Amino acid sequence: MRAMKDGRPASGQMFSVATSGGGSRAALAAAAAILIMLAALPAFAARNLIQDLIFLFYMLALAQCWNLLAGFSGLISVGQQAFVGLGGYMLFALTLFAGLDPLLAIPLAGVVCATFALPTALIVFRLRGAYFAIGTWVVAEVYRLVFAQFKGLGGGTGTSLAPSVTSTVFGIEWVKALFDVRTPAARDIISYWGALVLMAGTLVFVYAVLRSRRGLALGAIRDQEAAAAGLGVDIYRTKRAVYVAAAAMTGMIGALIYLQKARISPDAAFSVLDWTAYVIFIVVIGGIGTMEGPVIGAIIFYLLQRYLADFGAWYLILLGTLAIAVMLFAPRGLWGFVAERFRVTLFPTRRRLVIGADEVKGG
Amino acid sequence: MLLDIAALSKSFGSIVAADNLDLVVAANEAVGIIGPNGAGKTTLFNLIAGTLAPGGGTIRFGGCDITRAAPQTRCHSGIGRTHQIPQPFEKLTVFENLLVGAVHGRSMSEREAARSCGEILERLGLLRHANSLAGSLTLLQRKRLEMARALATAPKLLLLDEIAGGLTEGECAELIATIRDIRNTGVAMLWIEHVVHALLAVVDRLIVLNFGRKIAEGAPREVIRSPEVRQIYIGIEA
Ligand SMILES: Nc1ncnc2c1ncn2[C@@H]1O[C@H](COP(=O)(O)OP(=O)(O)OP(=O)(O)O)[C@@H](O)[C@H]1O
Ligand SMILES: [Mg+2]
Repeated sequence: MRAMKDGRPASGQMFSVATSGGGSRAALAAAAAILIMLAALPAFAARNLIQDLIFLFYMLALAQCWNLLAGFSGLISVGQQAFVGLGGYMLFALTLFAGLDPLLAIPLAGVVCATFALPTALIVFRLRGAYFAIGTWVVAEVYRLVFAQFKGLGGGTGTSLAPSVTSTVFGIEWVKALFDVRTPAARDIISYWGALVLMAGTLVFVYAVLRSRRGLALGAIRDQEAAAAGLGVDIYRTKRAVYVAAAAMTGMIGALIYLQKARISPDAAFSVLDWTAYVIFIVVIGGIGTMEGPVIGAIIFYLLQRYLADFGAWYLILLGTLAIAVMLFAPRGLWGFVAERFRVTLFPTRRRLVIGADEVKGG
Repeated sequence: MLLDIAALSKSFGSIVAADNLDLVVAANEAVGIIGPNGAGKTTLFNLIAGTLAPGGGTIRFGGCDITRAAPQTRCHSGIGRTHQIPQPFEKLTVFENLLVGAVHGRSMSEREAARSCGEILERLGLLRHANSLAGSLTLLQRKRLEMARALATAPKLLLLDEIAGGLTEGECAELIATIRDIRNTGVAMLWIEHVVHALLAVVDRLIVLNFGRKIAEGAPREVIRSPEVRQIYIGIEA
């Protein structure tokens, strides 16, 4: 993954820009191999592993979206559950009322979330810092209260997806025949692939944003907003674009989560604990402002919750203690700690000035 | 006129930082601004660059009224500035700091921008630090980065806010040569500076501000010698 771009020599020097990191080509190959392996996994894995991985994938994808906002753009939102819930409810509305296939309802839920994010941005972008955070939370609470009013979607107590919806999802007969499994297991496999696609898609999208001119602007906005504006960056439009894109992705992930759960209620779908607090935990312990951080954080969170969730209150106390310990002793997260020591990066976004064509080296 | 300011005013509560100011800068002209601390010099830059909205008056640039324009629009139309207290993007590299200005200020691709950014870094002696984080620079290097970043937007008018403070004699001579170089490429400038001898080496015209008002204007050496300037502005080393 090396981009060499030339300039003419002027004062004897030749300048060009390169975006590369140590072993990034190898990392790309490894990522492709892992992806293929994960896609083929349902052929070997037990059903409960598939279910666990769905959880891991969607938490990772949510963390990646939150990190795009908070870590790369300085938009610390505690209201992303608004779009998880909205996406989830859209899946239910589009499949139950409009009779759409769930796999089609997922991208449409993303479109709806993007549409709702525009006016929401208008409100919350008037607020700064802590007020922005609280504002996003308030908006999410409003969404929750509004959805509790829709009798057709179960009001405050919620509703379930009709089995006819989940058992006729696109491709299910094919999966049943291919893996020789029954309907519930086939449903899980389709959700699993959906989660895998969303997770990989989120990684690719966030990386593409960071590599684009908009990604450069985000770093500038995060570090010095006023100075960025003076250098020609349209702050408002840049932030709004990122906010809307994150909402669309979060909404699609929300739709997938509730396709898998097949049961929705306002309190669960708009839960600040499940969809924001845990996500912040993942990003903070993994390393905020890096793409690798949420991956590591999500894996750790998955393991903790897989093996320790039975301890109830002690589990939550442990999560809190761990988060505080990381913030105190490795404020840049576990990945930040590793990256500093070994100077590695899997998703290189630094633009390096290369002086003279011969000096192009990775690292 | 490139820049044409008429009856510009700005107050912060009871403090009047710009009081009915008129000021023009012609294309390729270099104008110096001096005045005691708190005279409203930086405020004037904030008004021109769009960081602050004026209380009254108009600002025209290149024939267009920009009084209410957003900062990024003013950058696009050709106004570049440095900050008195440097504001680098600390977690970006020095080169990336310039890229922001070139890519967003001039709508260039990163590939096109590399050459001009490299040349600017070379001219300002920052090439060695191109791929270091801006947060690791010393104060003097940060000031040079301010200039380099503003130049990366290819401004028609460059606003320089106290860039010569704390330099040794040799460094100051170097800075003067650099600024003359920049002028020779056709850039107009407004330069706020307490180091008056550096100003005198470059500017065509000198303006003195006090309490937000213009109290003197004219040929640099005459302005410096005028009694009203001597009176309010002791410490001038002409
Ligand atoms: N954003 C602001 N809010 C309130 N007061 C301000 C603001 N900016 C400037 N001032 C006040 O306006 C006056 C002019 O400030 P300004 O920074 O323009 O002075 P200056 O001429 O640049 O001084 P110095 O030589 O110290 O840089 C000062 O009294 C300052 O305290
Ligand atoms: Mg000042």
